[in-house]
Amino acid sequence: MKLLTTPRMDRCIGCHSCALACARLIHKRLSWSESGIRIHSSGGLSTGYVAVRCLACDTPPCASACPTGALTPRKGGGVVVRKKHCIKCGECVQACPVDGVYQADDGNVYICIHCGRCVEFCPHNCLELQKVHEIGEVLL
Amino acid sequence: MSRDHYRVLVVDLESGKSRIEKLDGRDKTAGGSGLAAQLYQNYGKPELDWNHPEQPFILAIGPLTGIFPLMSKTICSFISPYHSQYTESHGGGRSALALFFAGYDALVLIGQASVLSCVSVGSNHVQIKDTSFMKGMNAMGAGKLIRRIFKKASGHRSILRIGPSGEIGSAMACINVDSYRHFGRMGGGAALGAKRIKGIIINGDSGREISQDKAYAQVFKEVYHKVTSTSMMKKYYNLGTAVNLQGLNDIRSLPWYNLQKTADPAISHLTGEVFADQTLLRNGACSGCPVGCIHLGFYRDRFKEEARYLYHQVPYDYEPIFAAGTMLGVTNCFDVLRVLEELELVSLDAMSGGVALAWATEATERGLIDECQTIVPLRFGDATAYQQAVQHLGRGSNDFYQLLGMGTLKAAQEYGGEEFGCVLGQEMAGYATGELFFAAQSLGFRHSHLDTGAYSWDQKNDQKDVEKGVQFLLDDEPGRVFLTSMVACLFARSVYDNEQLAKCLAVAGYENLAQNRTEISEHIRKLRWQVRVQTGFNPDEITIPKRFHEVETWKGKIDPCFLDEVKSAYGKRIMELAAK
Repeated sequence: MKLLTTPRMDRCIGCHSCALACARLIHKRLSWSESGIRIHSSGGLSTGYVAVRCLACDTPPCASACPTGALTPRKGGGVVVRKKHCIKCGECVQACPVDGVYQADDGNVYICIHCGRCVEFCPHNCLELQKVHEIGEVLL
Repeated sequence: MSRDHYRVLVVDLESGKSRIEKLDGRDKTAGGSGLAAQLYQNYGKPELDWNHPEQPFILAIGPLTGIFPLMSKTICSFISPYHSQYTESHGGGRSALALFFAGYDALVLIGQASVLSCVSVGSNHVQIKDTSFMKGMNAMGAGKLIRRIFKKASGHRSILRIGPSGEIGSAMACINVDSYRHFGRMGGGAALGAKRIKGIIINGDSGREISQDKAYAQVFKEVYHKVTSTSMMKKYYNLGTAVNLQGLNDIRSLPWYNLQKTADPAISHLTGEVFADQTLLRNGACSGCPVGCIHLGFYRDRFKEEARYLYHQVPYDYEPIFAAGTMLGVTNCFDVLRVLEELELVSLDAMSGGVALAWATEATERGLIDECQTIVPLRFGDATAYQQAVQHLGRGSNDFYQLLGMGTLKAAQEYGGEEFGCVLGQEMAGYATGELFFAAQSLGFRHSHLDTGAYSWDQKNDQKDVEKGVQFLLDDEPGRVFLTSMVACLFARSVYDNEQLAKCLAVAGYENLAQNRTEISEHIRKLRWQVRVQTGFNPDEITIPKRFHEVETWKGKIDPCFLDEVKSAYGKRIMELAAK
């Protein structure tokens, strides 16, 4: 089982290519928000960019909060998404402590499914799909 | 994902009311440059001055914005304070994608706010907020405050703002976009200032559905591969445009000391390699562009005897280095960044500001002006003096600086020294390449080196063939106009050739644009020039100062007769285009 990781975000140039790829290829959307990974400027002392995404909790609070089973725990971390079961209640958005779930104005929610389709669109190799047991520290 | 019409947000700053307008014309004007000209025809008042409240301020994107890589620029159009004629300035940052994801093809501001204000727009909101407390605030401070006041969507919005130069109506005032990009030339900052608008915040807070067709994903990948995995864009992501400094100096085409020279051994201190090795802190990108050509340099200052330091990040490129470096004789890379940072703060176009101060320095040397005018003594190479002078120029500290801010030749008319004002329609770009470029920038639509490839033609051709040269300019323009209607970054012009553009437009759902590219390009070119002529363009009124006759390049001395003939013939052909 593999997970999307962001081990080299200090290389990020803020092009949004990863987010645009997820929206385009997974969700059939043109968007930099309606995506499982979203790039924000970090500001503050560090400056640069952060990737806001699902950190693949073992017991995902978003799945626990989901009243319809649209989100269920995924083996190895994160969730399996069954979009047709989603009633757009937004409980998962509230439950996620790291803003990993995005809800658009039409109520649809977007969360990383750890497929890794975004990885090849990062020009500087900031992202990596890694085997669960090979991940040491969660890097942002 | 295509839209057969334009969706335009029109904000009336006077009434505070906004409206969405659905406009036809996609198949004729495409978007970007074409759309901006169409919108000026709809909303503009050619008979009124540049700063009349009824003049529109326009931002427009294109049919491929947000859909393909490097389709990441926005067209800003307005009546220029420089010559009270219609013009365009192009900028990147997050502006294009933010406008696209806000759901608009264009944003038009009309009227004038009652007090200095900021406008925030998104897919479901328009807000005009009194920010009169920002009066006189520099562009960086204004950016910080805007981020605090308008808290939504960090990283998914674009923040445009002006500095003090825009508020005082300087014709050299630019608009800062997301800290490191600009709508630089022709005084867009003053056009916004005339509307009493300090900032525009564009929230890209919605998305669009795309077809399930796999063709789009496939063509996207093809383009993405070209820009990231081939050498096509290497120049821009490696040393950046600063790589040109050495090359242009080598062929005696780099302006030094107010264009008194075109090459100097001190270039060894200002090459792209020097900037990268000593000052480059990191790179950045416009949204939707994986190339990342933004080069952010740094300098640090020790502010106490103890080891206490502060540091500043300053973007650099070829043109700003020419303007704040070689043109002013400033040959230390960190000093160049210091001068550039002052230009950023007061939000002056770097090229215009640097060239204007280069004239003022030579005018000082010749005794035409002194500290009564310049406040600080100006001397080539004195970066500290230039840092102060930039503040005076950007804030219009006295009559001299106010006049200089309206254009170098305007000040020269008052104080003398017109013959050495380095102005080609507006303050020159950093290409002393030869007669074709001098004529092309003088008459070009934006007075930009990117209006045509004249600077490149000069570097490869030494024959004095008026007809051939002018024909090159005329043939080169439509392709560029089409790209700026898409709206592509012109750095990607080798990637987006005819075949690639046709493919991209077709899979994006713009079959008509794909098939009729040639006719549409010509139509947009003509429309732009017609609008320009309606607002007063007359090539015969544009003169080329004597300094350009004295330039020596790799081809030898400039031939003034050839230069005049090219300019005259090009002007005639432009007027014929507009009259067709």
